[in-house]
Amino acid sequence: MNNLVDVAIEYGPTLLGGLKVSLTLTILSLALGLPIGLLFSFGVTAKNKAFRYISVFFVEVGRGAPALVLLQLMYYGLPNANITLSSMASACLALTWTTAAYSAELIRGGMQSVPSGEIEGSHALGMSYRDCLRFVVIPQGLRIALPSLMGFAVLLFQATSLAYSVAVPELMSQAYSIGSSTFQYLPVFIVAGLLYAAISIPATWLSVGAERLLSRHL
Amino acid sequence: MEMLKAIAIGLPLTVLVTILALMIGTVVALPIVAGLRSRNRLIWLMSRGLVDLLRGIPPVVWLFILYYGISIGAVRLSALQAGVLGLGVVAAAYLAEIFRGAISAVPKGQWEASSALGFHRATVWTRIVGPQTARAAIPAYTTFAIGLLKDSSIASTIGVSEIVFMSSQYARQSGSGILVFFVAAGIYILLSVPLGLLSRHLDIKMRKAVAR
Repeated sequence: MNNLVDVAIEYGPTLLGGLKVSLTLTILSLALGLPIGLLFSFGVTAKNKAFRYISVFFVEVGRGAPALVLLQLMYYGLPNANITLSSMASACLALTWTTAAYSAELIRGGMQSVPSGEIEGSHALGMSYRDCLRFVVIPQGLRIALPSLMGFAVLLFQATSLAYSVAVPELMSQAYSIGSSTFQYLPVFIVAGLLYAAISIPATWLSVGAERLLSRHL
Repeated sequence: MEMLKAIAIGLPLTVLVTILALMIGTVVALPIVAGLRSRNRLIWLMSRGLVDLLRGIPPVVWLFILYYGISIGAVRLSALQAGVLGLGVVAAAYLAEIFRGAISAVPKGQWEASSALGFHRATVWTRIVGPQTARAAIPAYTTFAIGLLKDSSIASTIGVSEIVFMSSQYARQSGSGILVFFVAAGIYILLSVPLGLLSRHLDIKMRKAVAR
């Protein structure tokens, strides 16, 4: 136990620096992935074949393949196509793909649960298709999808721990390098785990709270 | 073709890790569910805390704690043991939540009717609430199993030579990274298709068994 406190005090700053990288990676992937996910959520049911096939490919591979495979594909695979990215950029690209794929399905689910009367109503009022989407379907669909998107964000934050395998200096790789230089594996990993938990447990509560708040009027 | 062979060597371990972790998870989840349903505040709080902690810490961290951190005397867990155990306990937390939800989805009337008919508690669980819980849990359970199949790739980080481990090894020595990882992705997608079909089949079958 003393050991744990000593490790926390001595390596706390390094680990917190790693946590900052983890959070940055999470936020970047969400910021890039969510808009693409929104696009794909329309793409998978689009009439335009090229758009639909591209969307279905990215959504199915992004959801079907483990995040670890996508990470290694971007970091070890892309150099074969003469595209060499930094570890941070390739991790970001891989997790953006995952985010886009999962959020596309979650957003599509939200859009589908917008009552059809709302859409018929907007037709009856003579709204254009674009206005119907912009003012009726998308705002309500996103609101319905919000709790599950927040739940996904927590899982994505946890998935950033896999980026250690492509040498991103995030929390897990900091913990591993401290562990392998001091042989104090157990306390270091416990402190790292608690740091992850300190973010993801409250974030889970937040998503449960959002679900309660938003389902109040349903 | 040679590439496919190299990657496929990892297939049995991927399946083994997934199945063993699922088995451990299912068994360990049962006492946790009992704790989550307990009226004793202390037991409830402890089970709640355990579930939150298991789910709040990424699986990689659990695997590293078990593989690098734990040593009983001179004995250390092997990579496979640590991987199966780590993924298993994390799975237990997720499955406990799934089972808890499924139990609360059984209509209250079923409980009331069985106590009105004077059924023994054990009979209620084995003949009335249990089967209905199983039916309600199947879609979420198989979705989780598919997720676990993908999460079994995390075991490659501690050196279990499953699909991802074999493909990154092959990618390094052959220098055709893109194709290797796309093939690996394809194998995972192909593996999850039969699981999805099985889930749908079971769901339909059990829906038919219940008269509504």
